[in-house]
Amino acid sequence: MKSRLSLSVNGEAHDVLVPVHKTLLEVLREDLGLIGTKHGCELGECGTCTVLVDGEPVLSCLALPADLGGREILTVEGMAEGGRLHPLQQAFAELGAAQCGYCTPGILVTAKALLAGRPTPTRQEIKEALAGNLCRCTGYTKILDAVELASLRLDHSGLTSPNVGRRRPGEGAPTANETDHSGLTSPNVGRRRPGEGAPTANPT
Amino acid sequence: MTKQDFSIIGQPLPKIDAWAKVVGETKYADDFFLPRMAYGRLLRSPHGHALIKSIDVSRARELPGVYAVITGADLPRVKFGILPVSQDEEALCTEKVRMVGDAVAAVAAVDEETAERACRLIEVGYEPLPTLMSIEAALAHPEIRIHEYGDGPNVHKNVALQFGDVEAAFAASDLVREDVFFYEGNTHLPMEQHAAVAHATPDGKLTLWSSTQTPHYVHRLLPRILDMPAAHIRVVAAPVGGGFGGKLDPFAHEIAACRLSQLTGRPVKIACSREEVFYIHRGRHPVLMWIKTGFTKAGDITGCHLKTWLDGGAYGSYGVASTFYTGVINPVTYKMPVYKFEGARVFTNKPPCGPKRGHGTPQPRFALECQLDKAAEQLGLDPAEMRARILAEPYTKTANHLTVTTIGLGECIDRVVEASGWREKWRGWRSASAGASTAPAGKRRGVGIAASAYMTGAGTAIYWNSMPHSGVVLRADRSGGVTVLCGATDIGQGSDSILAYLPAEVLGIEPKDVHVHPADTSLTPVDLGSYSSRVTLMCGMAAIQAAGRLRGVIAQAVAEKLEVAAESLAFRDRKVGVPDQWERALTFTQAVELAEARHGVLAFAGSYAPPKRAGKYKGGGVGPSPCYSYSACVVELSVDEETGEVELHDVWIAHDIGRALNPLLVEGQVEGSVYMGIGEALMEGQVFRKGLHKQPSMLDYKSPTTLETPDIHTFLVETDDPEGPFGAKEAGQGPLLPVPPAIANAIYHAVGVRCDEVPITPEMILKGLELRRKGKSARVGPEKIPLFKFKEALMVESAFGRPADAVAVRPFQS
Repeated sequence: MKSRLSLSVNGEAHDVLVPVHKTLLEVLREDLGLIGTKHGCELGECGTCTVLVDGEPVLSCLALPADLGGREILTVEGMAEGGRLHPLQQAFAELGAAQCGYCTPGILVTAKALLAGRPTPTRQEIKEALAGNLCRCTGYTKILDAVELASLRLDHSGLTSPNVGRRRPGEGAPTANETDHSGLTSPNVGRRRPGEGAPTANPT
Repeated sequence: MTKQDFSIIGQPLPKIDAWAKVVGETKYADDFFLPRMAYGRLLRSPHGHALIKSIDVSRARELPGVYAVITGADLPRVKFGILPVSQDEEALCTEKVRMVGDAVAAVAAVDEETAERACRLIEVGYEPLPTLMSIEAALAHPEIRIHEYGDGPNVHKNVALQFGDVEAAFAASDLVREDVFFYEGNTHLPMEQHAAVAHATPDGKLTLWSSTQTPHYVHRLLPRILDMPAAHIRVVAAPVGGGFGGKLDPFAHEIAACRLSQLTGRPVKIACSREEVFYIHRGRHPVLMWIKTGFTKAGDITGCHLKTWLDGGAYGSYGVASTFYTGVINPVTYKMPVYKFEGARVFTNKPPCGPKRGHGTPQPRFALECQLDKAAEQLGLDPAEMRARILAEPYTKTANHLTVTTIGLGECIDRVVEASGWREKWRGWRSASAGASTAPAGKRRGVGIAASAYMTGAGTAIYWNSMPHSGVVLRADRSGGVTVLCGATDIGQGSDSILAYLPAEVLGIEPKDVHVHPADTSLTPVDLGSYSSRVTLMCGMAAIQAAGRLRGVIAQAVAEKLEVAAESLAFRDRKVGVPDQWERALTFTQAVELAEARHGVLAFAGSYAPPKRAGKYKGGGVGPSPCYSYSACVVELSVDEETGEVELHDVWIAHDIGRALNPLLVEGQVEGSVYMGIGEALMEGQVFRKGLHKQPSMLDYKSPTTLETPDIHTFLVETDDPEGPFGAKEAGQGPLLPVPPAIANAIYHAVGVRCDEVPITPEMILKGLELRRKGKSARVGPEKIPLFKFKEALMVESAFGRPADAVAVRPFQS
């Protein structure tokens, strides 16, 4: 039994014809081609499939699209704007917070929701916000570092929710040198070679 | 080269694939959607041990939307296994199932739901057999045979090696300890479930995209299982969403996807569910250990005798190697003049165990490091100082004929002792004085230390051959871009990035100028796979060789043009020139054009195989490695005496990395290893009840979240090993090893309870505290060892202390 649904994902309207019991995760991946959101367990246990619905983290493996008409869904593909990475994405790449990268999309959107509500969270608050997202590669250390760095950069830029990550035209991506003043403990931050700026979106 | 001479090496650069990963563009195997693709599911056994009497697939075949249904009858009747000596698996079982989760049939259908429904329509007639769910049960019931091969009823492998006279060593010791330990099995739990997409094309060829850590070994096995030539099969490892050793065997879902694609003429995807991944397993072996070690008053080890019993589960997998690994790496850490090792791997009706991060070595490391702690207490020694005194000598051989090169362990111990404030926090054996027992129950703090060693790549391949273990083809063209082809598989550790950094360093260009194409058996030279911490060293050496050859040809062309000596040229900042006439330097692109005009197409190969240094005795092939990494760890924690709960505060870990090619990636490997060691020490256990897996889900199988993971303080120690690429050793596995024993030792320091078993649960600690209150020994752990006859030990002279070969000769070096 299929039904026609209208979904708003990453600011775009989509009409899909899907069985009513198909999960949001499956619809995103199979019907909309948004493969950035991953299967982790299909039982709501690992946080891998997290997306934002009206800014709140939701486990897409447990959500039914039929319930989501008229609500705004955001996936990892919607974080970068105009080819410019969100500061969280930039920080995750720079600090090695993504190893295998499989849990990364779910963690990025969860962290985005955190920073929208609390622009400068403490490390403990970051830990609590991400406690539902399992990562088996990193030991979480560099993930927490990256959220702190992104928070700092967002705070310095004077932008807070809901404009998170929306850089003004002409404004460059944050450079690693900004972090020299950050007081962050990660020993690597800011060790980039002189003269080389931070990579921009999609350097490959 | 000194550190200052490097431009790329040593820099905390982002991984080359980081950008795709943070925007969700990385395509893992499950992200492949091909036109006309069918979806497959496997029907798995609900029985732990049963004969298959009949399989009726007729109702499944009739279901609308089903394209094909196969059983073992649709595949050649050959058994396979990753090791040549353990060919005991069938993709789809034909006569017997040996565990819950064994596959018996497979379906391809229009969608997953239809395939699932079809699986439920398949009728399998089983005749259940008694299940054997523990080492003791398997040994006690020789009349119930899980397999018909091996070294005895339900004994897969029985090994015994002796290097020198351990009994004489014990007789001459001031202290001899015998202890028994148990290390429960646990699983890799990668965030990505295994998935495979197979595409058989009308020309009779086949491509398999899979979440595998070893496309080469899968490529070697498929021809036999599918009865077609290897030359017509292409295996591509998709970026792997976490491996840790769990994606190192050829699996039923890969083979079934291939066969279903051949039969349907469609691409077929099989993506395993989370529950299925628990059955696929190949994780940490549960190991029961008896260890007897002699000591002098000063804390020197006089000799060691270790017995291990491994619960192998239902199939061989890497188990023969795992069995050796429970014994052979221990002598690499400390001076151990004589050594005896006996090990046995037992078949049970559980998911097969195999290589998980540290492969067979975290278990005996736990035993040895906890025993050292007990010995230090008896001898009245500081366990940190005791370890620092007895370190193995660099450039010597061990009792079991392993060649050790650089050793940075002394500095590792110093670093964690200093950083943790060990001397102030430890202050003698306070908990042993039982002062705590009279104090009111509360939270008690403790610190513990442990050290370890691990190999940087296996010295031998899993099948006997004289070919390279890793190969690189490097191509430069007129764009100034360089392409690297290498079979290495990036499982998140960053091997693709290493393959960009090293040629970039040699050629004076940027990593961004290097395009890396990995892990594709039709395009890339063979790399054996992402296991045994071999990738950075082996593909790195091959990449440096290939880049050096390209550099030589470019240098000749530029030297002619500039009328200078080729040796005087420097390659840096995307230029080639003489340093003191840098204004005349050519751009790298101009230099490549000159070289291409002079030489023709610029494509160069690099090959690597480890030095042949295996001990000349049967079994000597497991354990040799080009070099060994070292780690030391201090843990600080609190134990709640009311509840038995452990709270970790800080972990200080120092790792001898040889050289950190990219410190960001090395730290990431160390932090991830520590995290995984914490899980194994305190919560992760693959346990069974009444023949069934007790927790085949992420909700029930507990692993650490952000909240249980303490602050991890990482220190990198560089020893510049002559065997590694620019001096580098491994980082992906070794730093896990000292964590579980450091935690157990810290718990003892906090509350005086010896937990000789992991995972350490609150119940165990409360039991220990109760024992102490009753005036008994506050030890919790296994009480006995099985009655079992090991083989007559192979007697080999101890090679302890012999100097290492002056120059390691490697194949393909020139």
